[in-house]
Amino acid sequence: MNMLVFVKRVPDTESRIRIQHESRTIAEEGLNFVISPYDEYAVEEALRLKESKGGTVRVVSVGRDEAAVVLRKCLAMGADEALLVKDDSPESFDGLRTARIIARAVESKLAGADLLLFGKQSVGADNSQVPAMVAELLGLPQAAVVTKLEVEAGTATALREIEGGTEKVVLALPAVVSAQKGLNEPRYETLKGIMAAKKKPIPVVTLQELGFGPGEPASQVETTGIDMPAARQAGKILQGDPAETVRELVRLLRDEAKVI
Amino acid sequence: MIAAYLEIRDGKIKKSSFEALSEARRRADELGSGTAAVLAGPAVADLAPAAFAAGASKVYLIENPELAGYSAQGYALALAGFVAEAKPAALFFAATAMGKDLAPRVAARLGAALASDCTKVAVKDGTLEFTRPIYAGKAFLSVRLKSSPQLATLRPNVFPVVEAAGASGETVKVEVAIPEGAVKGRVVDVLKEESAELDVTEADVVVSGGRGLKGPEAFALLRDLAAVFPRAAVGASRSAVDSGWIGHQHQVGQTGKTVSPELYVAIGISGAIQHLAGMSSSKFIVAVNKDLEAPIFKVADYGIAGDLFEIVPKLTEEFKKALKD
Repeated sequence: MNMLVFVKRVPDTESRIRIQHESRTIAEEGLNFVISPYDEYAVEEALRLKESKGGTVRVVSVGRDEAAVVLRKCLAMGADEALLVKDDSPESFDGLRTARIIARAVESKLAGADLLLFGKQSVGADNSQVPAMVAELLGLPQAAVVTKLEVEAGTATALREIEGGTEKVVLALPAVVSAQKGLNEPRYETLKGIMAAKKKPIPVVTLQELGFGPGEPASQVETTGIDMPAARQAGKILQGDPAETVRELVRLLRDEAKVI
Repeated sequence: MIAAYLEIRDGKIKKSSFEALSEARRRADELGSGTAAVLAGPAVADLAPAAFAAGASKVYLIENPELAGYSAQGYALALAGFVAEAKPAALFFAATAMGKDLAPRVAARLGAALASDCTKVAVKDGTLEFTRPIYAGKAFLSVRLKSSPQLATLRPNVFPVVEAAGASGETVKVEVAIPEGAVKGRVVDVLKEESAELDVTEADVVVSGGRGLKGPEAFALLRDLAAVFPRAAVGASRSAVDSGWIGHQHQVGQTGKTVSPELYVAIGISGAIQHLAGMSSSKFIVAVNKDLEAPIFKVADYGIAGDLFEIVPKLTEEFKKALKD
């Protein structure tokens, strides 16, 4: 089993987001960056498959030099190799642009994989686009938002979350799978793993080396605005006798809010 | 023409697809163009009247035995076939499990960008502008797409449904070839949750519990409260999920689901930033928490500061009475 896992460096979920209005971007100053949480489930699943079936786990990130930090974390967890696809352009929120880069990297540098694993979405852009787009560009089947995965003799069977239940999806390998919370419990890096990861090289490939011309692939998404959500006003907080406060709350919801 | 793909589950069109179609209709009216609905499956003609009643002026039917079980590859071929034939200016999907699976695949096939999980669609200078939450709703991004057709998934429970009972229009059959071997993965089974609960993203009322519940047992109180409402679901904070008190599919927040129900009831939830991100677009927020200083009270429209174990059963009874009247 040869596996590729695609990971992204994102602000952690406790982050307070600040907007730079002139540039229509998120201010990076003061943010703590981590591997996108769903990607961590994808890495863990690949490591478990390697442990049970053998094979290799290669981790790949598209981004700036700083993305090497999350690749190194994956190496420390137990991944065999890492590759940084260097892309200095700012976040475009265009999933297809990223998918084109990944598909090209897979075809030219990472051939021969049985399974391509992703997080179900990157935390932040929240697009949930790239895994399915890569699958389409490479002509592979997909299972997205997967909470259970079994691989046997050229076939993957996945349970994926849908509204009020799960779907069982059967895929012929090679295939694309995107991980949802619940798939597994990611391991912590060991000290030994961290030390070993420090010594591993992280090769870098540029967009030019993947055959893209200057400015390619272009983003087809133009940001026209970025705003904070409308601030909510603190409302009426009731205190005192439970029976009375409950009666008053229900009255307010019916007569004032008219929500029931 | 603006088109909406209508998702079929259990032989019926999903409510969130009607929402997407209704929004297609509103924006098409603004642009002075037509509205189309797209139905795909082995036999879907019977559902056309429902699509007309929800605002479609034209209904496209893609019928093919290969579409009997859902597959992202097969359905992407079908929708790309529809786009090639009908050449819509825009195509909307509901941002459901299927919509999020299918729309990016269609987008990649067409080489067009996609705006995911939109909460607003506007017409500006004759083109569409899409607004969508990023960072789970900590910020909102507005975008224009430079590719054609304009593709978007629309968040469930945000866009109102148009009703045009008895309306009718033209139905058009689209023939799509799905070559043998083109579909290398498909859904073989759909397993319902035992309780057949409504998903938190689709519910009108979400009753969520957090660390203040002190254990899994108290979720029974929340389920009783949710059961009072016709379209309600039980949600949870990350700490309740990570403690193993309830399944992760109930989690609301940045590593869970983002919800926008009519009424969100947060019980024993302090209101960590990553939870607030996932629920602050709810229409009304009610909080029950013993700590008057809890951040959840800063976003709640109404709240009770007190012991949830005492308050929630009383709330259930009082809501029952109020809804009977």
